[in-house]
Amino acid sequence: MTLTTTLIAGLVLGGTYALVAMGLTLQYGIARIMNLAYGDMIITAAFAAFIVQALPSINPLTGLAIVVPGGFVFGYLVYVFLLSPLVKRAPNQAALEVDSILTTFGLLFVIQGVLLVLFGSNYTSYTFLNVPVSIFGTTVAANRLIALVLALAIGLLFYALLTRTRWGTALRAVAVSPQSAQLVGINTDRAAAIAFAMGTALAAAGGTVISMYQTFTATGGVVFTMKALIVVIMGGVGNLLGALTAGLVLGIVETAVSTYVDPGLTLAATYTIFLVVLLWRPEGLFGRRVR
Amino acid sequence: MIAAFSFTALAAVFTALAAAPFFLGTYGTGFLLGLVGYVTLASAWALFSGPTRYVSLATVAFFGIGAYTVAVLYETLPSWLVLVVAALIGLVVALLVGLSTLRLAGVYFVIFTFGLAELIRQIVTWYEVNITGTLGRYLFVDYGPEVVYWKLLALCAVTLAIGYLVKRSRWGLALKMIGDDEVVAEHCGLPTARVKLALFAASSVIITLVGAIQAPRWTYIEPTIVFNPTISFLTLIMALLGGAGRLWGPVVGAVPLFLLFEWLSANFPDHYSIILGLLFIAIVFVLPNGVLGFLEEHWTRLRANRSAKSDLEKREAG
Repeated sequence: MTLTTTLIAGLVLGGTYALVAMGLTLQYGIARIMNLAYGDMIITAAFAAFIVQALPSINPLTGLAIVVPGGFVFGYLVYVFLLSPLVKRAPNQAALEVDSILTTFGLLFVIQGVLLVLFGSNYTSYTFLNVPVSIFGTTVAANRLIALVLALAIGLLFYALLTRTRWGTALRAVAVSPQSAQLVGINTDRAAAIAFAMGTALAAAGGTVISMYQTFTATGGVVFTMKALIVVIMGGVGNLLGALTAGLVLGIVETAVSTYVDPGLTLAATYTIFLVVLLWRPEGLFGRRVR
Repeated sequence: MIAAFSFTALAAVFTALAAAPFFLGTYGTGFLLGLVGYVTLASAWALFSGPTRYVSLATVAFFGIGAYTVAVLYETLPSWLVLVVAALIGLVVALLVGLSTLRLAGVYFVIFTFGLAELIRQIVTWYEVNITGTLGRYLFVDYGPEVVYWKLLALCAVTLAIGYLVKRSRWGLALKMIGDDEVVAEHCGLPTARVKLALFAASSVIITLVGAIQAPRWTYIEPTIVFNPTISFLTLIMALLGGAGRLWGPVVGAVPLFLLFEWLSANFPDHYSIILGLLFIAIVFVLPNGVLGFLEEHWTRLRANRSAKSDLEKREAG
């Protein structure tokens, strides 16, 4: 494999990581929920896409129109019924963090259990748009390229929404200071619910994209959660463009490691990056140092 | 007087438990062994995570390290030395995790521990496939389950003793303060990072030893068996049910949940993770301080009501 091939393959893989990490950064940055079941929501969407694309006259791309709103509704319900009571009960942010970690850890096992009952523990996959496309002299499968395009489009769209609209400004105000946001008439509970639901919708988009070119299992959620979390911390919590960049970086590093070193060591590479970030810049590569 | 009495009662309970294999069959001993294993795991978990509220999700990472060390070394080294080596490896990993995360906010620690088991599982798998060329090892020892059980029981007693001593020492107070408000603790001059690191290391070494001691029970060991995330999950839910902030909390939580888990995995092998997950969420919602915390709260309220009532009656009579 030449260097360009590795770079492009890495960017394409990184596109998927960026897409899912942006959802997690919305959930943790704005809704302030550390969602350990995030990867299992991605896997659920992958299975949903698998079912939807088998329907007549629907392909995975048009399936996005079903799976993504489905993810939004699911995320909204999870927030309203499971997490909102904890937010109201928590005396401070630290208590909410512990409660949300524990609840979503329980949710992880519930979702995984349901998926295991429905689909079993086998690897699942289907083929879609597995045609070679040639760019910059190297060939990439079209389905992987779609992931990158989608990640960039959705990332920039959300960035524009958050920075250019009144509604997005309100969400960012909640991210900066939930107490003060209430003083200027922002409904923080509603903002948090919408941010959490949007995050789940992005997880659903990511899951659909992943299902187009990867095999997936019911128990594979942990690794996706882990990678998304590392990208979020690398990019700086709540920073969409940071997540986008960090996702692409992680994709390139992983592809380089699996090409030149060994495919079995990609998670070790991810953890090494995490360790370096923790020791060097725990506030994120693009975050401001807080004293 | 009360302390002497409870100590005698405790000694009697442990003696009875130690004698149990002579009266129970192989099945009974195996059952008790599993129970004592989980009581030790939950107590060791609560040793660090209870007072500090740093949720560690890495239980099975250390458990698996212990079990795998035994599987690799049991033929070449005497069994006590294998345990020492396992404990040292667990200690090194715990220090690595602790040094890189415990100086930062708690959430970094949680994230790091969340993926740790999967990371170590993949590294062990990679090593076995690429370097030794096999995946999975057989483990035949010349002693029966009762020896494993006695070792575990001794470890369990040591764990509870450590928990008791830590609670009564300056370390216990320091930990409690870190859990209540870390900023205040730091302003009081507590070396918070060092206290957290020491307790996390102690807790992890005990968990590693549980894995190492229990390893011969499997006879066949594979990364997917010893790094099973259900072990982390069960440990956490047991400690939370009883109340992670109390010495006896994990014991109180472990006994009923172990029975439930045995029953569920026998009768609903496909659905137990759903049921346990829902139960877990219910515990977080209904019993945030565990059963012991709940009882204590209601007991004090009941007594306060009763004494207020009797005061009123006295005053009315007088």
